[in-house]
Amino acid sequence: MRFTALSAPSAARAAWVTLAAVVVALLLCALIFVFYGVSPGTVYGTMLRGTLGDSTGLAEVARRTIPLLLIGSGLALAFRAQFFNIGAEGQVLLGAVFAAGTALFLPLPGVLLLPAMFIMGAVGGGLWAGIAAWLRRLNVNEILSTLMLNYIAVAVVTYLIAGPWKGKEVRGYIYTDLFPENGFLDVIPGTQVHWPTLVLGVAGALTLQWVLSRSTFGYALRVVGENPGAARYAGLSAGRVATTVALITGGMAGLAGAGEVAGIHHRLLEAGQISLGYGFTAVIVAWLARGNPALCLITAPVMAIILAGGDLLKIDLNMPFRVVDVFSGVILLCLISSEVFIRNRVTWGTARPAGSKANG
Amino acid sequence: MDNVFVEALVRALAVGTPLLLASLGAILNERGGVVNLGVEGMMAVGALAAFAVAVAPGGNLWLAVLAAAAAGALLASLHALATVTLRANQFVSGLALALLGTGAAGLLGKRYEGAPLFNKVPDWNLAGFVISPFTVFALLLAGALAFYLNSTRSGLTLRSVGENPAAADVLGVNVGRVRTLAVLAGGALAGVAGAFLALSYRASWADNMTAGLGWIAVALVIFVGWRPLRAILGALFFGVLYYLQFRLQGNSPIPTEVFSAMPFVLVLVVLALAGLRGQQGDAPAGLGRAYVRGER
Repeated sequence: MRFTALSAPSAARAAWVTLAAVVVALLLCALIFVFYGVSPGTVYGTMLRGTLGDSTGLAEVARRTIPLLLIGSGLALAFRAQFFNIGAEGQVLLGAVFAAGTALFLPLPGVLLLPAMFIMGAVGGGLWAGIAAWLRRLNVNEILSTLMLNYIAVAVVTYLIAGPWKGKEVRGYIYTDLFPENGFLDVIPGTQVHWPTLVLGVAGALTLQWVLSRSTFGYALRVVGENPGAARYAGLSAGRVATTVALITGGMAGLAGAGEVAGIHHRLLEAGQISLGYGFTAVIVAWLARGNPALCLITAPVMAIILAGGDLLKIDLNMPFRVVDVFSGVILLCLISSEVFIRNRVTWGTARPAGSKANG
Repeated sequence: MDNVFVEALVRALAVGTPLLLASLGAILNERGGVVNLGVEGMMAVGALAAFAVAVAPGGNLWLAVLAAAAAGALLASLHALATVTLRANQFVSGLALALLGTGAAGLLGKRYEGAPLFNKVPDWNLAGFVISPFTVFALLLAGALAFYLNSTRSGLTLRSVGENPAAADVLGVNVGRVRTLAVLAGGALAGVAGAFLALSYRASWADNMTAGLGWIAVALVIFVGWRPLRAILGALFFGVLYYLQFRLQGNSPIPTEVFSAMPFVLVLVVLALAGLRGQQGDAPAGLGRAYVRGER
C-alpha cells in the first residue's frame, strides 16, 4: 500500500471517508454480534426501530443528545489544540457534584438557584480538567491523568452519597435528598428532555465554533495544535492554550453534569446513573465532527442513537450495556485509522517511486 | 510478626503479577516506539479467552494461557494495523482498543459470569512461599527481557527503532515489521496477565475484573523508566499498596472510597514525580510518533 500526500484534501473527501469508516465499523460490530449469538439484523433493527421509529424513541435520543452535544463540542476544541482530554466522564460527575451541592446547601432565592447550579457545575468540571492541565506542565500525559481522575471522581460521588450527603429520608438507598423544586429544570412534557440545557448546548457549540474560527484565541489554538514548532517560534504559549482549553472543555462537561441532575434526577446519585458513559461517547462525537464544534450538532444525535439503542438492546434482547463500549471502540478505531485516507491518495502495489512516501 | 511480613509480601507479589506481566509487555512495545494504552482491553480479552478455554470440555490450562496470549495479540494486531500501517494516533488507538477490549469481553463473557473454575492453576510451594507459577514466570521474564534489550542484537535493533526509526531504516531495518512484532508481543503479554486473573488469582470470570490494573500497568512503565528489572520493584510497590488497601478496609475510620481511589491517586502522584525528576527524558525518542519514510 502506498500513500501520496494530497496538498489540499477536500471537505467532500473527508465526508465520504468518514462515512465509509462508520460503515466498516458497523460491519465489524456485526461480526462481534454473530460471535455473541444474535443476528446483526436483529440488533440494528431493534436499535433503529426503538430510537427513530416513534416519538418516545426520539425523545430518548434527544435526552442523550444534550450531554453529548455539550461535552463533544468542548472536546472538539480540545482535540484541535492536541489536548487529549479523555476525562470528560469525571468532569461531568464533578459538575453534577457542584450543582447538587449548590442546590442542597446554598440558601439562594428561587430564581437564582438554577443559574447558580449551572455556573457551579461548570466550575466543578473546569477544576477537574484543570488538575490535568496543571499536571501536563509536569510532563504528565493528559490521557493518563484525565483517565485516573475519572476513577477518582467516581469515588468522590460514591463517598458523598453514601456518607456526608446521604439523604435523610432515603433509608437504605445511597443518594441525596431531592433538590428544592426551584432546582428542577423544565422538561418537554411527557419526556425527560430538559430543553433549557439543549438550548445551552446548541448555543455552546455555535459559540465555540465562532471562537475557533474567528477569535484570536482560536487562531492561537489552531496554530498550537497544527504546528507546535511554528507556535513556539511565534511566541504562543502551548501551556497556556492547553490550560484554557482544559478549563473550557471541563466547564462544558460540568454544565452537562449539572443539566443531568437538575433536569432528570433532581438529586445526586450513583455515578453510573448520572452518566451512561457520556464522557467516552463524546470523544467520538468530537472526532466524527473532525474537530468542528458546530458539526457536533449532527454527530451528537448520531451517537445518541447508539446510546439509546444500547439501552434497548439491554431491555429487548437482554444484552449487556457493555455493547455500547464495543460500538464506541470500533467506531473510534475506524475513524482514526481512516484519517490517512483523507490526507493521502492510496495506490496498491509495492513499487516505491523516488520522492513518494512509501510505507513498508 | 514474621508471618505478617511474609503474608504481605506474598499478597503484594500476587497483585503485582498482572501489573508486572502487562507492564513488561508495554515496555517491549514502547521500547520499539509504539505507545499502547489498550493494555486494559487486552488484559480483559485475555482473561475471557483463558477462562473460556479452561472451562470448555477437555479444557487444558496450558491451552488456556496460550489462548489468552493469542487473544491479547489479536487485539494488539488491530493496534499495529492502525498505528504502524495506517499511522493513526497511537494514544487514541490505544484508548479505542481499551474500550473495545473491555466491551467485547463483557459482552461475550456474559455467559461465563459466576461459573466456577474447577481446574485452577495450582500454586507452587517454594520453601514455604505459596506462589503462583505466573509470578515465577513474570519474575524470570523481567530478567530475560532486560538481557534481551541490553545484550542481544535483536534487542538493540528494537531499541534503535524506538529511538531513531529513520536511522534504523537507513541501516536496512524494516521499521514497520519490528514495530508490529513488538506490539503483538506486548499484547500477548497483556493477555497472559489477564489469564493470571482468570485462572489463578480470581479463578472465575466477572465483567470488569481487570478493574483498572491495565491502566496502572501503563503508568508503571513511565514510573520505572522503561526498564524491565525496575518494573519488578514498581509492581511490588503497587502490590503493597493494594495489600494495605485490603488490610485497612473496614478496620479504620477512613472511608472505603478513599481506598478505592488510592491506586489512581497514587498513579497521578507517581507520574507527577516521574515528570518532576525528568524521567520522561528516559522515554524512547521516537515514542508515540508514526514513522513515515522521508519525513523528519
